[in-house]
Amino acid sequence: MFSGNGPFAWFKWEALFTDWRLFASGFGYTILLSVCALLLALFIGIIVGICSTSQSKILRGIMRVYVEFFQNTPLLVQIFVLYNGLPFLGVVLSVTTIGVVGVGVYHGAYIAEVVRSGIGSISKGQLEAAYSQGFTYWQAMAYIIIPQARRVIMPPLTMQAVNLIKNTSMIAIISGADIIFTAKSWSSTNMYYGPAFVLAGLLYFILCFPLTRAAKKMELKAQEHAPGMIREHAA
Amino acid sequence: MAEILSRNNMLFVLDGLRVTLYISALSIALSLVFGTALGVMRSLTRGIPQKIAAVYIEVVRNIPNLLWIYVIFIVFRLKSIQAGVVSFTIFTSAAMGEIVRGGLNSVGKGQWEAARSQGFSFLQILLYVVLPQALRNMVPALVSQFVTVIKDTSLLWSVVAIQELTGKVTILMGRYYRVDQVFVLYAILALIYFVVNFAISQLSRMLHKRWAYQ
Repeated sequence: MFSGNGPFAWFKWEALFTDWRLFASGFGYTILLSVCALLLALFIGIIVGICSTSQSKILRGIMRVYVEFFQNTPLLVQIFVLYNGLPFLGVVLSVTTIGVVGVGVYHGAYIAEVVRSGIGSISKGQLEAAYSQGFTYWQAMAYIIIPQARRVIMPPLTMQAVNLIKNTSMIAIISGADIIFTAKSWSSTNMYYGPAFVLAGLLYFILCFPLTRAAKKMELKAQEHAPGMIREHAA
Repeated sequence: MAEILSRNNMLFVLDGLRVTLYISALSIALSLVFGTALGVMRSLTRGIPQKIAAVYIEVVRNIPNLLWIYVIFIVFRLKSIQAGVVSFTIFTSAAMGEIVRGGLNSVGKGQWEAARSQGFSFLQILLYVVLPQALRNMVPALVSQFVTVIKDTSLLWSVVAIQELTGKVTILMGRYYRVDQVFVLYAILALIYFVVNFAISQLSRMLHKRWAYQ
């Protein structure tokens, strides 16, 4: 397996190390895409999450439609609409823009749900107390509710970041030069699949594993601090 | 418009839905079995099975599903619906394992002690006392994983040309070129996924509510 002409033969690894710049740039592209998409998803998710707890039925309804639509249809189909559909309307977006917008809007729906249930875990009395002190709705959210909900929100939010990083790989299907696309195109010319895929997996693992660990640690800590109510929502 | 919605086209698309549901159902069923085993193993306090389960779960779930699909199809040179089921089972088992572990955690220690005092063995406690209670808490997470599997099978067309739902609609799209036709096809595609997944999520919400009040 590691000798002669096996799938993991040494000379194949040598070829891989010679072309390390290619993989480094794929790695960088995945990070860039993840960071931009995460910022967009956080922006959308926090606003939609807060609006989902508002008094207005119409506002809550609109937010519900957004969340249900994006959670119940595949990200790949959404990306195809941006990539194959929009050009019919004369709108041609770059692959990077499609990646950021597609992944960001999709995960925005998931983050909105995390934020909504986090806010729901804080008792109503807190909001009423803030109102009685003259806070407006958005002030109460920013200074009273969200800081308390943070502990509940952070672990599932971190897991959403992990899912987001993994889902940026779908951009490889429309030829975005990320980790998977680089591994696939490099190995399809020389057939050295073994090392290419091991390295690709390792690069994703380096990005995701620390976040998964951090999420678990935060979850345990949240359970210690506030048993009962928080334990239910952290699950 | 009427041309797109012809009987033949709709049958063609529904055949894709059949493949999507077949691959999803089989992968979900298999991952429930493997995932439960992994989750139980990982919940043990120490020992080799605990380590094996931990390594498997962490390695698999921190790497994108897409990469596992490529690995199965390119490295092992399998090209079929069966291989699709294999790659989805590998990935989903790890996710299910974590859900089962979380579910087991949610059942109080007192349950174990009480059952042991009644002379139940480890397996009996697990099967008759702890897992049934854990299952109730696991339903929302499990069902959202089912939905994830159904959505992610859409990758199979682009990667290995399995003609599931997305594949069939994409093939149809090749025969039409007007903007309204293309968008009608995308709308149909999104709508079918939505109806299936929304129905599943609503069912789980009902189930969860009913069980919570018991």
